[in-house]
Amino acid sequence: MRLLVDIKKKLKGFSLEVAFSLEGEYTGILGPSGSGKSMTLKCIAGIETPDEGRIVLNGKVLFDSEKKINLKPQDRNIGYLFQNYALFPHMTVEENIGIGLKLPQKEKKQKVKEMIKAFHLQGLEKKYPNQISGGQQQRVALARCIVYKPDVLMLDEPFSALDAHLRDQLQIEILELLKLYEGGVLLVSHSRDEIYRLCKKLVIIDQGKSILCGDTKEIFRQPKLHAAARIIGCKNISRCEIISSHSVRAVDWGFILETGRPVPENIKYLGIQAHDFCLLDVVPGKVPGKEQNNVIKCKISKIVEGELEYNVYFRNEELEVENGNESEEMNMNSELVYQVRKELWDNRKNKENLYLKIPEQAILLLG
Amino acid sequence: MDILPQNIDLSPIIISLKTASAAIALTFLLGLFVARWVVRLKSEKAKMVLDGILTLPLVLPPTVMGFLLLIVFGVNRPIGKFLLEFLGVKIVFSWSATVIAAVAISFPLMYRSARSAFEQVDQNLVMAAKTLGMSERRIFWRIVMPLALPGVAGGGILAFARGLGEFGATAMIAGNIAKETRTLPLAIYAEVAAGNMRTAAYYVIIVMLISFVVVASTNYFAIKERKYLK
Repeated sequence: MRLLVDIKKKLKGFSLEVAFSLEGEYTGILGPSGSGKSMTLKCIAGIETPDEGRIVLNGKVLFDSEKKINLKPQDRNIGYLFQNYALFPHMTVEENIGIGLKLPQKEKKQKVKEMIKAFHLQGLEKKYPNQISGGQQQRVALARCIVYKPDVLMLDEPFSALDAHLRDQLQIEILELLKLYEGGVLLVSHSRDEIYRLCKKLVIIDQGKSILCGDTKEIFRQPKLHAAARIIGCKNISRCEIISSHSVRAVDWGFILETGRPVPENIKYLGIQAHDFCLLDVVPGKVPGKEQNNVIKCKISKIVEGELEYNVYFRNEELEVENGNESEEMNMNSELVYQVRKELWDNRKNKENLYLKIPEQAILLLG
Repeated sequence: MDILPQNIDLSPIIISLKTASAAIALTFLLGLFVARWVVRLKSEKAKMVLDGILTLPLVLPPTVMGFLLLIVFGVNRPIGKFLLEFLGVKIVFSWSATVIAAVAISFPLMYRSARSAFEQVDQNLVMAAKTLGMSERRIFWRIVMPLALPGVAGGGILAFARGLGEFGATAMIAGNIAKETRTLPLAIYAEVAAGNMRTAAYYVIIVMLISFVVVASTNYFAIKERKYLK
């Protein structure tokens, strides 16, 4: 699947400016709720019309404001799995699946039967959508899209309407079912887990603008931008000053970090993922040696217990000494969070002092 | 004791039922068609103006509608003249005038009900249907109509009842010709004017009966759960 989108659309109190080009079978759009992800999908599907721009799918121009091209949704051959599935409530499961098929009655019946079997919907043929479970509704909606053999299948927050305990199981199930379909998949989600698991390529949208586009793993490793880092779930972000070609000062946290790689000039922020700190478990009373770079002596402010881990909120101890009378806001910004496995935390030897090391490769340099 | 008056003229009942039936057939189709057209208009302003004009017959006094219809269909007016001279049809003071009056008065009820029923159909379903490659016509008949049916049917029943009770515009354009244009409401008026309270009462009871059945069936449509919601 090759998809090029470069569109602008004015909405109430909001303007959508999305430009990206993706190539790959499984691609994702990640962004917070209300950032314009669904609107982007609707523009691609042709249900909404952008004010200007171009949309090209596999070389086929779907929309081009300059050339006055705007294909009807019926002619775009794009499958769209709606957030609430949009099953027709007055039609049975088999009628829902067969409604878009333009085939002779007999072939249509055969085709619908195949889909029912492939999607494990046997026995539900004559049921109405509200008589079946959420997971079954989703399979019907997916079957209805796939039976029609679209060039690209767009999934709009496919798992958001499901209970958490069903979600993991369904993700695996859906991934399995998607193998029946030969074509591109475009997944929209606000869940970074979902995107990371399912998509190789990724676009990040924030407040109506596409800010970053590329390889999913690469983006998660180096988000490059402040907003992108926040969206992929980086909880520790500080303003920064460039000290030298290989070191930066975290302004909010009050310490200097060696980056181990050249610092680009346009860097304004730095980020550290909560799980990327290394616990330095030195003998009580001892201070880690000078040969250790990027070590912070931490002053713990609170510990929040999660299911599998602790979230340890802390500040740089030396920062407190430097600014005795800092404002409330400074306090907020200077706090960092360290996510640690329970076992590791509970079995540490030095319970008086906490020293954390920030590995060079864990430092996210953000523009 | 004889409660029923002697030698009751049954023709008003038959004329009324015929008129109301013919009128609802026209109103139903016209209302549906116009409602769909207005719903699909893109400009909100045009929608507002059109909606105002189309709803006007509901709020105007029926005599005003009768007056306007006379202007259109009068034998000395262009349309009335054309119909008379080229087709040999005289509209005013004929049975067809009772139908035209009923349609004109009951149309807004049908139109408004159908419009709101169409607008209440979940637009996500319509969008989904489009992405499934269904044509606009197929979407209307297979998705929008079935989902809007309870509202549309309710509107049809109300329009039928209103057509049945039409008096003012009918009196002006169709007159009150016994056995020809004298519908039940006109017959009641004529009998009371002639002092035949008993005959009038007989007609009144019939109108009340028909109206009750109609309103009760509206409620039936409103309450009746569609099988897919069970």
